Amino acid sequence: MLKKITIALAGNPNSGKTTVFNNLTGSRQHVGNYPGVTVEKKEGYLKYKDYEIKVVDLPGTYSLTAYSLDELVARNFLIEEKPDVVIDIVDTSNLERNLYLTTQLMELGLPLVLAFNMYDIAEKQGFNIDKDMLSHFLGCPIVFTVATKKKGMQELLDRAISLFESKQSANADLLNYGREIQEEIAKIEKVVSKETNLGRKFPLRWLAVKLLENDRDIVEKIKASVYGEEILEQVKKSSRHLQVVLGDRPEALLADRRYGFISGACVEAIKRDYEARHNISDKIDNILLNKILSLPIFLGLMWLVFKFVFQFSEPLMRGIEIFQGWLAGFIGGFLPEGSAVLSLVVVGIIGGIVSVLVFTPIIFLLFFAMAILEDSGYMARAAFIMDRLMHKIGLHGRSFIPMLLGFGCNVPAIMAVRSIEDRRDRIVTILINPFMSCGARLPIYTLFIGAFFPEKIAGNILFSLYFLGILVAVAMAKVFRKYIFKGQSAPFVMELPPYRMPTFRGLLVHTWERGVLYFKKAGTVIFAGCVIMWCLSHFPYKPQDSKNCGRLSQQAAVSQKQSSQQEIFWLEQEKERLEKSYAGRIGKAIAPVFKPLGFGDWKVAVSLIGGIAAKEIVVSTLATLHSIDASKGWQSLRESLRKKTDAQGRPFFTPLSAYSLMVFILLYIPCLATIAVVKKETNSWFWASFVVFYTTAIAWAVSFVVYNLGMFFRIGV
Amino acid sequence: MHRNIFPLSSVPENKDVEMVSVQGGRGLQLRLASMGLNIGVKFKILRSVKKGPCVILIGNTRLVLGFGMASRVLVRILR
Repeated sequence: MLKKITIALAGNPNSGKTTVFNNLTGSRQHVGNYPGVTVEKKEGYLKYKDYEIKVVDLPGTYSLTAYSLDELVARNFLIEEKPDVVIDIVDTSNLERNLYLTTQLMELGLPLVLAFNMYDIAEKQGFNIDKDMLSHFLGCPIVFTVATKKKGMQELLDRAISLFESKQSANADLLNYGREIQEEIAKIEKVVSKETNLGRKFPLRWLAVKLLENDRDIVEKIKASVYGEEILEQVKKSSRHLQVVLGDRPEALLADRRYGFISGACVEAIKRDYEARHNISDKIDNILLNKILSLPIFLGLMWLVFKFVFQFSEPLMRGIEIFQGWLAGFIGGFLPEGSAVLSLVVVGIIGGIVSVLVFTPIIFLLFFAMAILEDSGYMARAAFIMDRLMHKIGLHGRSFIPMLLGFGCNVPAIMAVRSIEDRRDRIVTILINPFMSCGARLPIYTLFIGAFFPEKIAGNILFSLYFLGILVAVAMAKVFRKYIFKGQSAPFVMELPPYRMPTFRGLLVHTWERGVLYFKKAGTVIFAGCVIMWCLSHFPYKPQDSKNCGRLSQQAAVSQKQSSQQEIFWLEQEKERLEKSYAGRIGKAIAPVFKPLGFGDWKVAVSLIGGIAAKEIVVSTLATLHSIDASKGWQSLRESLRKKTDAQGRPFFTPLSAYSLMVFILLYIPCLATIAVVKKETNSWFWASFVVFYTTAIAWAVSFVVYNLGMFFRIGV
Repeated sequence: MHRNIFPLSSVPENKDVEMVSVQGGRGLQLRLASMGLNIGVKFKILRSVKKGPCVILIGNTRLVLGFGMASRVLVRILR
C-alpha cells in the first residue's frame, strides 16, 4: 500500500518553481513572468519509493498578505488544505528577498523544506553558504538544487518524506520580533484564543501577527466573530503602544524585524565574495530600454509579430480551404443531391469544422510569437516602456500586459488582469480589453483585406486596424478615468527578470498549452455556432410556398440545357429559403441600422449576429450565406464578396465600406466567452452588460465617422 | 535635516540611495518589503524616465516601479 503525501510548492516568481514542479511530476508547463499565469492551481502526481505524492504548484508570490489575489490563493490553500509538506523554492542569488516569504511560511507552522535553487549561479557569484548553520537558524532542512539541470530533486523528496514521517513543523518562535512586539503579540494571542473556531483553523500567533499588520482578510474574519470587538480593541491598543514606543507603524516594524532576522542568519552562515557586476541583461537593456530607441523597437517588434503571423498563416489557411473543397466533394458524393441533409453536412458541419481548423495557423503562430516575447523576458520590459504612456491615460505599465495578450485572445487577457491589485484599475483594464483585436478577428480581416485591397498594402491596412483598436482603448480608458473611476492609478511595481534565451521546446509547450485552451473553447463554440446558424438559416423550411418557385421549376422542365437550369433553380430556391428563414428575418430587421456605415445588407447583419457567439463565426456565416449564392464552398468567398452588387447593380463593397465593416467588427460586442469572463472577473452582471452595450455604441460611432469621412474625401470608393 | 531626501521618481540614474519611507497604506509598505524594498535598504537606480517609471537594482533583483509608485517612495541620496 502506497502512502499518500501532499506537497505544496511555494516560492517567489522567477525562482524556478515551475521547473522544479516539472522535474518532479514530469508534466510540462511554461515559464513566464506575466501576472496571473499560475493563479490557477496546478497539480501533478508522482510515485517515489513507498509514496504516492501529489504536488501542488502554488502561484509565485513574494509574501502571503491579502494584498494580491495570488497571495491570498496561496495562503488559503496552505491554511485550509494543510499540505503535509511545503517546499519553498528559493532563488539563492537573491537570498534575502526570497527568505522573506520563508519567514511567512515559518509562521504558518507547517513542515517546511527549503530548496536553495539556482545554487550554481549563486556559487559563481561568490556565495559560500554554510548549509547546516543556516538550516539551524531557520529551523528547517535546506537542500541545494539546480532545477534546470535536475540536480537535488531526489534529496528534496527524501527530505520532504522524512519531515512527513517525523511530523516536524517549522518553528515560528525562531522568528523573534523583539521584546516589545513579542509582548503585544502575546496579548493579542490571548484575546484571540477565545475565538475557538478561528483558533482551530489558524495558528494563533499567525493570527495575531496578521492583525497587527492590519491584514484585510483576517480583520474581516475577526470582525464577524463573537469576540471581534474585544479583539480589535486590543489590536488597536497594541498598535498605538508600539507606535509610541518604537516610533513606527507596526507593519513597518514587523517587516523590518523579519529582514533583521534574515540578515542576522545570513551574516553568520554566508560568506560572500560578491560585487554587483554589470550583467548581460543590463547591456541588452541599455539598447532595448534606451530612452530614444525603446519605443520604436517595441513598435517594430509588434509589427514584426504581425508580419510573421500574417505571412506564415496565409499559405496554411489556403491549404485548409483546398482540403475543405475536397472533403465536401468526397462526402457529398454519398448523399442525395439537393437534399437538406447534404446541405447540413456540407455547409453546416464540414463548414463548421473547417471554420475551426482554419484559424489554427493564426492562433498558434500568434501564441508562438507571444511565447517568444514572454519567455525571453521582454514582456516585463514592455510594461516598463509603456508605463509612462499608460500613466497618461490613468493606468500603469502593468495594465499593458493584458492589453498585449488581448491580441491573442481577450479571454486569457482579461483573466490576467486579476493580478492588478486596485479594483478600479482592474475594471478599467478589463473594459478596454475587448478593443484589443484578438486572434479570432484576424481571419475576418484576412478575408476582407485579401478581397478588397492590393497585396502591397495588406499589411498596412491590417496594422491600421490594430492601431485603431489601441487608440479607441486609450480614449475610453481616459474617459473612464475622468468620469467613472476618478483619481490616480494605484502604484505599480514588478520584477524585471533577466533575459533568457527561450528554448524551442519551452516555446512549443507554451504555444501548445494556450493554443489548445483556445481551441477547446473556440472549437465547441464555433462548431455549435455554425450548426445553429445553419438551423436559423434553414427554418422555417417551406420553399414550395413561393410563387417564384413554381415558375422556375416550370422553366427548368421545359429547358433544353437542363443541368444548368437546374442549378439556377436550386440557387433561387436556396436564396428564397434564406430570405424567409429566421436568420434572414432578423438580418433584414436590423440591416437598416448598418446603412449609414456602408454595409446595410441583411447577410452581413446576420453574420454580425453570428459573431456574438464567437467572432470567427462572422466568416463562416458569410460563407454559409454566400456559398449558397455561389454554391461553390467558401473557397471563393472573396470572389463572391467582390462580385456582390447592391440593388442598383453597383458593387456592394468598396474598399471603404469593407474597411468600415472591419472597423465595426473590431469594436463591437465581444464574444460570448469574453462576456462570460468579464462577468466572472468583475463579479458583476452590470459590468458584463455594460461591456456589451458600450462597445457596440462605440463601434457604430467609429464606423460611421470612418465611412462618412471616407465618402467625403472620396477615399476608397 | 530633510534636505537630502527626494521622491525616487526625481532621482537621476546611476545614483545610490537608501530607502527612507513610503507614502501609502499599510498594504503597500508590506508589499514593497516583500519584494525587498524595505525601509533602510540601499539600492541603485539603473534607469529612470522623466515623469515615467524607473528600474532599480537591489542586490541581484531588478524592480520596475511605475511613476505613481516611484513618486511615493522617499529616498536619501548616498552617492
